[in-house]
Amino acid sequence: MIGRSQDLTIAQKRAIWAWAFLSMPVVFYVTIRFYPAAQAFGASFTNWNIVGRMEFIGLANYSRLLQDPAFWKVIGNTFAYLGLGVPISMLASFVIAYFLDRVRFGHGLLRALYFIPHLTTAVAMAWVWRWFYQPAPVGAFNVWLVGLGFPQVAFLRSTTHALPAVLAPAIWAGIGFQIVIFLAGLKAIPRTYYEAATIDGAGAWRVLFEITLPLLRPTIVFLVVTSSIAYLRIFDYVYAMTNGQGGPLDSTKPLVLKIFETAFAHFEMGYAATQTVVLFAILLVISRMQIRLLRSR
Amino acid sequence: MKTGKAAFWLGAILAALWWSGPARAQVEIEYWQYTFAQRVQAIDELIKRFEAANPGIKVKHTHVPYDDFRVKIAAAIPAGQGPDVVQLFYGWLQDYLKAGLLQPLPAAAFPASEVEKEFFPIVQQMKVDGKYYALPTAVRSLALFWNKALFKEAGLDPEKPPATLDELVEYAKKLTKRSPNGDLLQAGLTIDMGGQDHHWLREVLIRQYGGAPYSADKKTVTYNTDAGVAATQWYIDLAAKNKVGQIGFLTDGVTAFRSGKAAMTIDGSFRLGALDGQKGLDYGVAELPAHKGIKANFASYWVNGITTKAIGAKQDAAVKFLKFITTPEAMELWMTTVGELPARKSVAEKDANKNHAKYGPFIRGLSYAYATDFVNESAQRKVLIDMVDKVALKNVPTKEAVAQAAAEEQNLLDAFYKK
Amino acid sequence: MIGIRKTAPGHIAAWTLLLLGGIVMVMPFVFMLAASFKYNNEIYELSLLPHEPTLDNYRRLFERSGFLRWFGNSLLIGTLTTASVLFFDSLVGYTLAKFRFRGRYLVFVAILSTLMIPTEMLVLPWYSMARTFGWLDTYWGVAFPGLMTGFGTFLMKQFFEGVPDDLLDAGRLDGLNEFQVWWQVAMPLVAPALSALAIFTFLGNWTAFLWPLIVITDRNLYTLPVGLASFSGEFQTEWEMVMTGASVATIPTILVFLLLQRYIIRGIAMAGLKA
Repeated sequence: MIGRSQDLTIAQKRAIWAWAFLSMPVVFYVTIRFYPAAQAFGASFTNWNIVGRMEFIGLANYSRLLQDPAFWKVIGNTFAYLGLGVPISMLASFVIAYFLDRVRFGHGLLRALYFIPHLTTAVAMAWVWRWFYQPAPVGAFNVWLVGLGFPQVAFLRSTTHALPAVLAPAIWAGIGFQIVIFLAGLKAIPRTYYEAATIDGAGAWRVLFEITLPLLRPTIVFLVVTSSIAYLRIFDYVYAMTNGQGGPLDSTKPLVLKIFETAFAHFEMGYAATQTVVLFAILLVISRMQIRLLRSR
Repeated sequence: MKTGKAAFWLGAILAALWWSGPARAQVEIEYWQYTFAQRVQAIDELIKRFEAANPGIKVKHTHVPYDDFRVKIAAAIPAGQGPDVVQLFYGWLQDYLKAGLLQPLPAAAFPASEVEKEFFPIVQQMKVDGKYYALPTAVRSLALFWNKALFKEAGLDPEKPPATLDELVEYAKKLTKRSPNGDLLQAGLTIDMGGQDHHWLREVLIRQYGGAPYSADKKTVTYNTDAGVAATQWYIDLAAKNKVGQIGFLTDGVTAFRSGKAAMTIDGSFRLGALDGQKGLDYGVAELPAHKGIKANFASYWVNGITTKAIGAKQDAAVKFLKFITTPEAMELWMTTVGELPARKSVAEKDANKNHAKYGPFIRGLSYAYATDFVNESAQRKVLIDMVDKVALKNVPTKEAVAQAAAEEQNLLDAFYKK
Repeated sequence: MIGIRKTAPGHIAAWTLLLLGGIVMVMPFVFMLAASFKYNNEIYELSLLPHEPTLDNYRRLFERSGFLRWFGNSLLIGTLTTASVLFFDSLVGYTLAKFRFRGRYLVFVAILSTLMIPTEMLVLPWYSMARTFGWLDTYWGVAFPGLMTGFGTFLMKQFFEGVPDDLLDAGRLDGLNEFQVWWQVAMPLVAPALSALAIFTFLGNWTAFLWPLIVITDRNLYTLPVGLASFSGEFQTEWEMVMTGASVATIPTILVFLLLQRYIIRGIAMAGLKA
């Protein structure tokens, strides 16, 4: 190849540059992400519990997992977090970004207000939210409900309400990120499109659905995929709001909390590895589905 | 400092460092515990004294935030890092043994007969297959804490806490305040299975109702009996029937008591430091209420063990260090610095300590205390938390909930002892 | 901005709602700040103004050994990691967006899939790696797992796709090699995306807890979240200190955001996020 470099096509030369650029990153990803992940994958077939003795036990961990009712509860919770968290947060963040985009006066301040929750730590904020959820007269939410004539709601002390109650601060904290990305995407739409629409006499709704949203597609794809991954991996807020229990009665426990508990409270590393393989599979399938569905035709 | 002198000292220090490098005369061992200001202070002082008495040994003291103490250990040991002497909760002993993290304490240095004579009986749980694996410097037990100001306000004598379970409920009713539409404003007693209550139920209430939580060989759950159900029902009735408290009130029992919104709470001696630091709180400590003349208590303790990593010279050093921190003098220091009770009977039962206003009730409780032989403390705690939640949130009949809990715990025990 | 004139009342209504919404969003944060100025007998009431305001918590926070050091450690590691991520993620994102070569899709999917591997399972292999190479208790040990990310690569790829190829070709015609085309032509065009990535990377690092906790034993090298965790004990948590620590920890992130936020949004029109 050496003496014949002048015979390489432009495409081939570009390819070499591409691989040159990718060389260090590829080494990085392989050693820092894939190799350890492979080790974890391998560990899922063993009964490793921290120290040395790692015996191959085939699919025993997997069958144990599938037969564990707690596992299915956890899977249900994890998908509930996804199914509630993504649509609500996407809708809310888009609406806020849409209107925020049109505001000139105080735009920076407003944007900062919506972003601050994203900068806070889960432990501190979870504590505040737990107080909001207390029954009257301590908890603000119940005080308002009573004031408006409604009965009180047991937010965290309820196997049905606890999951949405724990999800709420997570959505609250995550929205700032989505708003900022949406704002960036909205700003990127060239004015010419809107000007043409005005000339055509199109109303605000038509503009929204025929111009804005289609042009926001890459942004939307990015946010749906990353938000889905984030909600499927939810941990911090659940841990902080339920004292690490995922209760009451496992009603708020997501898969990552179960993994954490298995690995670092029960020291069953092999079994925990099995659960991470399952998590990985779920994330992979969901993301691929979404990218395919949302890809431009 | 004159240059000449400085150069001499510099040279001497460098020489000493070089000399100690290949660890010829010097042995260095590592001690790990979780971050708790007073314990860190106590260990630092003990290390100072130990190193002074043992010039060839250096002890490196590392402490780790509590939430992730076990994470850290789980990461370090398999990588060959970590402590030579390690602190662990007595309830984790089985986990650590299963994971091969601890070595038995040499019988020459820690003869079993001496341990059994000197230390409180609960320490005997650290003996597995005839060998001791760890020893405590201090132990904790439970007591009844009460808020004197709230007692006075309710017309009760602030110096007379309830002595029986019946009195407990009676007083609690007087101390409970609700708003006109029934909202709990002040709880008579905290109800928090996730706190110390599960220990209270397990080792105290069940016994006081005539039962026992586990069999003598520790391998069978024995609270699925009328006694167990009765005790559980009594506990559940505190909120359900007598309405003296509420699960989740002010997020947890400790917070409720600290904030002055709960008049009484069952808690451990480790709570004394925090309560002393709570502005404006005037509280008293009493022995746990008795029932039908039966007194029982739950004791827990953190122990120190020698890891499998410590071999040769390090092992000798580790043994010496462990011996040092379990001497009576170390325990006295520990009590004044950390506020935990001495693990040696002779030290704890000195009159000055036994009659102390705050430590006294805990020490007296030690003489009739039991320490549960946990195989998996967090899982077993969860079983009881879930049991109470099932009755409270899902209306499962108490008898059924107790039966389910007993079965779940039995599974945990079986899975452990089978291996 | 859009050219459609909004009716004044509609505009004002939207603005007011946004403001109210913003205030509601920020309330928990405000309560946290308020709690940091209270003694521990007052923090159990969620009031905005303490009856007895105090700076005692802040004093205890700064006097407690290491707080300033932890702050500095987090700052140093956060900045270095962010710089690395900005460089490498852009380089890879650009390559995936603008080059055609065999295996391109595979590399993209592979990098994207790294997002799905939860950190919890990687920490033990990372620890062994760090121990083997002597990276324990070092800044490098904390930083190495986060030097490049799938998230940033994905983001930059999307933004680079919006960069017109003509501009890149113009650069090539001017005699720039591929690296220079990327660095001098393409990168300035995605500066706003870089700002966004910088913020999110810095933030992610600032709050990272699990890995720094595992790899560092020397208290002098603790990052901020690990140091703040020492306020939580086996049975008790000094909530007033947690609130105070959390309040102080938020300051740099707010500053970084305020500094960069205009830049991100305003300039993205130039880069153009095309479908």
